[in-house]
Amino acid sequence: MAESDKVIRGIKFGILSPEMIRKISVTAIVTPEVYDENGIPIEGGVMDPRLGVIEPGQRCATCGNTLAQCPGHFGHLELAKPVVHIGYVRHIFMLLKTTCHFCNRVKIPEEDVFRYRDLYRKLRDRWPQLASSLVEFVRQKASKALECPHCRARQFKIRLEKPATFIEEGGRGKLYPDVIKQWLSNIPNADLEILGVDPEVARPEWMVINVLPIPPIAVRPSIVLETGMRAEDDLTHKLVDIIRANEKLKEALNTGAPEIISEDLWELLQYHVMTYVDNELPGVPVAKRRSGMPLKTLSQRLKGKEGRFRGNLSGKRVDYSARTVISPDPNLDINEVGVPHEVAMTLTVPEYVTQWNLDKMREHVLNGPYKWPGANYVVDPSGRRLDLRYVKDLKALAESLKPGYIIERHLVDGDIVLFNRQPSLHKMSIMSHRVRVLPGKTFRLHLAVCPPYNADFDGDEMNLHIPQTVEARAEAEELLLVEKHILTPRYGGPIVGGIQDYISGGYLLTLKSTLLTKDQVSDLLATIDYSGEIPEPAILSPIEAWTGKQVFSLLLSEDFNFVGETRLSSGSLKCTSDECFWDTLLIVKKGKVLAGVIDKTVIGSQQPKSMMHYLIMEKGVKSGAEFMNKAFKLFLRYIEMVGFTMTLDNIKPEDRGMEEAAKVINDSYDEVRKLIDMYRAGQLEPVPGRTINETLEIRILDVLARARDDAGSSSIKHMSLTNPVYIMARTGARGGNLNITQMSVVVGQQSVRGERIWRGYRGRVLPHYKYEDLTPKARGFVESSFYRGLTPLEVFFHSAGGREGLVDTAVRTSQSGYMQRRLINALQDLYVEYDMSVRSLYGELVQFKYGEDSVDPKKTAFGKAVDIDRIVVKNVGWRMSI
Amino acid sequence: MSDKKKMEEKIMEHELVPKHELLTKEEALKVLRELGIHPEQLPWIRASDPVAKLLGAKPGDIIKIVRRSPTAGVSIAYRFVVVG
Repeated sequence: MAESDKVIRGIKFGILSPEMIRKISVTAIVTPEVYDENGIPIEGGVMDPRLGVIEPGQRCATCGNTLAQCPGHFGHLELAKPVVHIGYVRHIFMLLKTTCHFCNRVKIPEEDVFRYRDLYRKLRDRWPQLASSLVEFVRQKASKALECPHCRARQFKIRLEKPATFIEEGGRGKLYPDVIKQWLSNIPNADLEILGVDPEVARPEWMVINVLPIPPIAVRPSIVLETGMRAEDDLTHKLVDIIRANEKLKEALNTGAPEIISEDLWELLQYHVMTYVDNELPGVPVAKRRSGMPLKTLSQRLKGKEGRFRGNLSGKRVDYSARTVISPDPNLDINEVGVPHEVAMTLTVPEYVTQWNLDKMREHVLNGPYKWPGANYVVDPSGRRLDLRYVKDLKALAESLKPGYIIERHLVDGDIVLFNRQPSLHKMSIMSHRVRVLPGKTFRLHLAVCPPYNADFDGDEMNLHIPQTVEARAEAEELLLVEKHILTPRYGGPIVGGIQDYISGGYLLTLKSTLLTKDQVSDLLATIDYSGEIPEPAILSPIEAWTGKQVFSLLLSEDFNFVGETRLSSGSLKCTSDECFWDTLLIVKKGKVLAGVIDKTVIGSQQPKSMMHYLIMEKGVKSGAEFMNKAFKLFLRYIEMVGFTMTLDNIKPEDRGMEEAAKVINDSYDEVRKLIDMYRAGQLEPVPGRTINETLEIRILDVLARARDDAGSSSIKHMSLTNPVYIMARTGARGGNLNITQMSVVVGQQSVRGERIWRGYRGRVLPHYKYEDLTPKARGFVESSFYRGLTPLEVFFHSAGGREGLVDTAVRTSQSGYMQRRLINALQDLYVEYDMSVRSLYGELVQFKYGEDSVDPKKTAFGKAVDIDRIVVKNVGWRMSI
Repeated sequence: MSDKKKMEEKIMEHELVPKHELLTKEEALKVLRELGIHPEQLPWIRASDPVAKLLGAKPGDIIKIVRRSPTAGVSIAYRFVVVG
């Protein structure tokens, strides 16, 4: 059978036996010396040349291979006295407890041993979980026996003194490792089986080490510093310590030193072997380097986030990837990503030369590695890789190209790539985009895809990966393209969509009062490559003028109907019929916007049941993406045309509003004063389940929160409808009423842990206040607005409240990150079968129907099979009163 | 003590306890065939579970559970009775 035909059916872990260690060893290590005075490794030391090649060019003394081929070879060290392997202490403890100290049999009657063994063998294959609980039961039973059922010997209690000392209470006292080894080696195989130990691969006496394997040098390479000094790996240091301790012990034993001395040395050897395996044992002093840094020993190499498993095996650094800062580009399509020239000339796509792309490929080769769009490597049909940086005659190479060659060409426009932003919390964190090679040094992306990545441009970086096979590219294009993820399975609505200026722009364009001249309409339509007829102008005289709604309607398909209230339709601006002055009911009939404006609830991201959601559901994601590309460009062009900004005056409170607000605040102060007086007089009725103090605080907080909201709305209601700040808040583009209130009227109560701020001095926050002053201002109520400016004391309170927010975010991210990790590890291998059941890799049923109804939220009408309301609107639309 | 017993007999009537039903051998085999699995690959229920005790379920039996579901209206699940 050829090597490649071998199939791994399973992996079985066992313990190395001393015999096996000696067998795989190429040399015994006998001396703690490492190098001689010339710096040559000493034979029989831990850097013995037979353990593997160190320097390039050398040949291995054992296998004759060079550095690249030699796998490294183990040596071994004979210990003067056995020591306990710290990783198996728990198992040894279990075995000592369950077996007899005299006859070393398991403390279970003979006939039961056979019974349990038969039962165990039966359970092992079908119900591994039951088998392990049987083992647990046997262990419990055996360790409870007071008398050995085989030899009738009285049993002693075994105690484990952390980390690795076993005491036989009332018996021999301390059990030395050689005694333990003897004991363990006497346990018969048949008894081990029912204790859950497989004696074939893990004889328990192997858990006590008397031969220590010395790992190959490749596992612990030494580094040569610039000064020419040699720095050894931590493992090598530790091995030298072990050998030194072993030598001393051996000498003490040979010269017949007093028992106390040799016992101490034995203890020292035990310590070194223990820390060689794990240097983070509780109760064991940490082995340190001369600099005081703890040594990184075997266990530390594997454990934790930066360990071998999570750091190097689950988290590999990959080729064909790039990472840089991101910045916005509204001129891209949502499916595109802008890639810098430099990146495009470093990352490559292997392309097969065929008779159809021969000319194209020749051009790439001719351009070479330094001119975009060129190529970096050419692989000829025999598999030889030519680095174009060192090819003298590119022209000749280009000429010699023929089908069968593979060109590793630069990225070009239209290539499909994967784009990712950490933390990758949902599937929309990795999507595929089409490349647009651009000048500059940043990745560019469309603003509408910021929500799924949760990206902004305050310095965020993102990763780019280039699929290298046609299969991978096909998969990326069919499954991962941005447009396939416009709808999120979380709630079925669009997660890609309008944000910020797209919303303000859409609103301004579709306002009732927006009239556009022919020049303006032409400008707008040119930005979206419109090639059809310009519709009839809405106004013919004195000049021809078009409404913004008309322009926007050109993007909607003729058979699209929609009726829905917009975000603006609330309070005094609420519209419920088409004959409404405020124009806040959006009515689309046959693809024409008849009434209503565009705002967040129409084109916004994360807005289910919006017009855009239905558009995407009914017309498909492709035309949905197309609609977004065009509509968003249109809105931005319009917002550029009219100009949209804000200034200090926009948050200046109106005098009228300010008077009302001041009155509201002062009234609330009176109310609080009354509460405090009642509290002082002991007349305050406590809220059920709260103390009097808590009641007072709750009621004060309530009064002040209400005061802020009332003051805010009394001022906001005087704001002009053309105020950009107000427009942004109302349309949902950015900010809300609270932000306006804080900017122009009153910042309000600051809080830490949901309470008014009271920490600081005894009975007061700052020395500026009287002892036990409970008034709003003394406990963090900021009555200034950001417009007027805060007093120094108010700034103090505000920053105390602000700090809590920062701490919260920091704590929350780490906690939710860990929760996420555990969930992912638990769920990663579950899949949905063809019968819609959820199963594990082992065929266990987890859920009988996915989500109990086997429904994909992306493809359903909000959980129902049919959405009758929508069908009616879709077909009748207009004139349906809602 | 007798109160506790009485309560235990009534748990099936509690609104949070869905309808449990012991399957006959034929029904059980049919379910297993439909799902294409071994019985131990079903979710387990202990024979000592109060409901299983009430039904008189023995290890090896299969219990059918019909419950209301916020997404599907009614959903059906099965449990394999194990020792314990």
